[in-house]
Amino acid sequence: MKKDAPWVMRTYSGHSTAQASNELYRLNLSKGQTGLSIAFDLPTQTGYDSDHPMARGEVGKVGVPVCHLGDMQTLFEGIPLGKMNTSMTINGTAAWLLALYIAAAERQGVEAKSLQGTTQNDIVKEYLSRGTYIFPPEPSLRLIRDTITYTVAHAPKWNPINVCSYHLQEAGATPVQEVAYTLCTAIAVLDAVKESRQLSAADFTEAVGRISFFVNAGLRFIEEICKLRAFGQLWDELTRDRYAVTDPKLRRFRYGVQVNSLGLTEAQPENNVPRIVLEALGVTLSKDARCRALQLPTWNEALGLPRPWDQQWSLRIQQILAYETDILDYEDIFEGSKVVEAKTAAIKHAAWAEVERVQELGGVIAALDYVKERLVASHTDRVRRINSGDQTVVGVNKFTETASSPLYTGDSSAILKVDEDAERDQVERLQAFRASRNQSEVSAALKMLQEAVTNGANIMPASIRCAHAGVTTGEWSQTLRQMFGEFRAPTGIAGAAAARGVEGPVADKLEAVRVRVRKSADTLGRPLKVLIGKPGLDGHSNGAEQIAVWCRDAGMEVVYEGIRLTPEQIIASARDEGVHLIGLSILSGSHLRLVPEVLSGLRAEGLGEVPVVVGGIIPEDDAAALRKAGVARVYTPKDFEMLKILSDMVEVAEAAHGE
Amino acid sequence: MITSSSHIDLSPLLRFERKSIAAALNLIEDRRPARQAQALALLDACAALPARAHIVGITGPPGVGKSSLIARLIDLAVRQQRSMAIVAVDPSSKVSGGAILGDRNRMQVPAAAPVYMRSFAARNRLGGLSREAFAAVFLLRHFCDMVLVETVGVGQSETDVAQVADTVVLVVQPFSGDLLQFIKAGVMEIPDVLAVNKADDEALARKAMTDVKAALSYEQHSWARPVLAVSAATNLHIEDLDVAITAHHAQMMASGGLSRQREQQTLAWAVGEIVHEVGQRGLSALGGAAGVATWWRRQPANWSTLRRLTVLLGTLQWHAES
Repeated sequence: MKKDAPWVMRTYSGHSTAQASNELYRLNLSKGQTGLSIAFDLPTQTGYDSDHPMARGEVGKVGVPVCHLGDMQTLFEGIPLGKMNTSMTINGTAAWLLALYIAAAERQGVEAKSLQGTTQNDIVKEYLSRGTYIFPPEPSLRLIRDTITYTVAHAPKWNPINVCSYHLQEAGATPVQEVAYTLCTAIAVLDAVKESRQLSAADFTEAVGRISFFVNAGLRFIEEICKLRAFGQLWDELTRDRYAVTDPKLRRFRYGVQVNSLGLTEAQPENNVPRIVLEALGVTLSKDARCRALQLPTWNEALGLPRPWDQQWSLRIQQILAYETDILDYEDIFEGSKVVEAKTAAIKHAAWAEVERVQELGGVIAALDYVKERLVASHTDRVRRINSGDQTVVGVNKFTETASSPLYTGDSSAILKVDEDAERDQVERLQAFRASRNQSEVSAALKMLQEAVTNGANIMPASIRCAHAGVTTGEWSQTLRQMFGEFRAPTGIAGAAAARGVEGPVADKLEAVRVRVRKSADTLGRPLKVLIGKPGLDGHSNGAEQIAVWCRDAGMEVVYEGIRLTPEQIIASARDEGVHLIGLSILSGSHLRLVPEVLSGLRAEGLGEVPVVVGGIIPEDDAAALRKAGVARVYTPKDFEMLKILSDMVEVAEAAHGE
Repeated sequence: MITSSSHIDLSPLLRFERKSIAAALNLIEDRRPARQAQALALLDACAALPARAHIVGITGPPGVGKSSLIARLIDLAVRQQRSMAIVAVDPSSKVSGGAILGDRNRMQVPAAAPVYMRSFAARNRLGGLSREAFAAVFLLRHFCDMVLVETVGVGQSETDVAQVADTVVLVVQPFSGDLLQFIKAGVMEIPDVLAVNKADDEALARKAMTDVKAALSYEQHSWARPVLAVSAATNLHIEDLDVAITAHHAQMMASGGLSRQREQQTLAWAVGEIVHEVGQRGLSALGGAAGVATWWRRQPANWSTLRRLTVLLGTLQWHAES
């Protein structure tokens, strides 16, 4: 038989500036990577230019800043876009980044019709988990619809949307929930395309065929194989029955993967290598459910940003799987397995029941609150299981003894340090670019964009014109912000209860914390009130939501501020609400910039006595710096003992306010 | 800081400085005896000022979009340069006593605007408004143009909010099945203004309006209660809602009914607090609701509502001890 072709191998990367990222991409390609996966920084993802006040501290941190066509051209300099397969993790501003990509290709002399790659473009999971949405659901769906109808006609090899189950799993979804809610998103998108009547029946069928998925894979890799088989079967049936697609090829469940980061540990981080290998097996072992593209996280992700060597190690894992083992030699090795078939059927059945439930609620957009609450509840259950030991995490809640590690000594030498000058450098180049533009062309292009929004015309041609004219990411987004308005997604925390089903030692410890919280009201004069919030643009709210849920279940009164807050907003809320303690969660690496701003702002407002605790992916050197600046406690992924964190918080609040 | 009413400087509060308002509310919430004495002194000082704010209760079942609607009313107030305070109440967990106070997530207030927002947990109060929350309204009403009180739920919370608000707005959404519950629970007699939110779809909204009007016809009411189809999501008819709310207030002022209503509300609230604290027998010892009313009216004019309640409850304890 013929050996199966290997999947596209990518590494999710990008940082500092377009030039630095271009160098990294070329290095990765020279090492045998076969596609690119672009990580954009948070200002680019949320539609702000690098010099916007909201971008402070975030430029070039979790990805590359792309403010205009010049940045996009630099990013792909020396990389022929006609031959590359590029995946872009971009959502709120997906239509714009696609326009910049098409314009950059045109400047290389490459036509849109030969472009291959993917824009992630899934707004629902941004509302539910990842937090880089900008606009309300209706205009967001319109932008997605426009990119789909445009690419079907003009860039037929492009995947306009990657419907994501990935972030749902990170937010706590069980395999059943992951399958169900992802399919619900696909339904919402395809229904919107269909109802718009912009496509002929034949083109609509093509559009269905262009829908691809971005899936997560955890350590229970046999269940994951079954999950992917269930996914494929349900997609086949859904596209046949709901959208009348007759060609089986257009009904195929095409998916790319980033394996699970949620299960990667900060403690004994070398253990993450076998974890990554096993997770990769889940998406490659079964030929019928094999991924089209794969990107693996690095062993040190829970510590900070990976270095080129760390990314190389993860690429080598893929290459060893594809080229040294025999997994590509066989037909599907699970065909006929009763165990796999039964498990697949069980997931399929339960997932479809949940799809129907959401559809009864009016579809995933109408049911956002419900879905979000279900996810937070599942994640709360996961935290509880790890705290109680019901779920083993090697090196964390079991087998914690360790020899000293030659790979990681606890300092910051094992991670990448982003050049703090990169932001200033980027801002200077942006301002020079703005000064060099033909302003009347910019104004004319923006006017055309406004007209397209008003007339309901497809947003893409106007956006591509904006790209060529030198419009910036911030200008494009601001134009739409003014016309579409902005959105705050549900937090889901009110419906989740940490205490449900808690038994044994965890229940006893929780009760002990509750007693402490109740008693603290005597010292504090009123019930312990805390503020939980996320400064900066980072939208990964899963951790903050868990802290909020558990604080409430410990008896605290919790002001939950949600995501994307400026230090000024946090200070104003802390003052108005009269909170005893502030908890900040930051995963974007901008903690050294944002946390001291909150601290000095509190002092300036006469609230210097209100203690601040911080959680996030914070290297030890940075943690020391934060403590020195006045942060009461710093928590990182190794602090999995929720009840210890809660009792710390009581202690910190009492020490600060007691008389 | 605050020792006796004669030394209290109310000027930062009169300037609606958020820092001072927050400090005053922290004091009002504080249960330590020394702080409680200071809080009463502060409230007495405030009682000498006109209670000028229009107090608006916004209530309705969970999920109808009250917070988004309030966010729109805040925008409007900011544009019209009116000062506003928001008292938002969320339920407390019966098991842990904790609460999620999540409304700020949907109400982002511009930092420089004269808008102050404070969240309260319902604590042990079924209807949501703890004594601290009432006290907060008693304080805030002297220092801004409008106080919005947001409560969640059906039944008790409407009754509670009716004890503090001049105008009660009930928010419903089309086809939720809530209306029948409202009628059964006797809630429909309470609101002065009805807002059907999420009314972007005209046909659905029209049908919902008809249902609401039919539900209202079960009750007699002196004021022809307006029913408005609004949408917080698309900013539809928010100004009309604001106009209706203001019109109700203007009508109360013109008819001279506002001060009478406030006095009745305060007495009803005080009776509720007495029953909460010492039960029906305690209330009987005070001569029942009529006895409370008589006693209440005899107290010095510069005594705040909280002072009266505290002193009245104090006499009862003295009786019990002697």
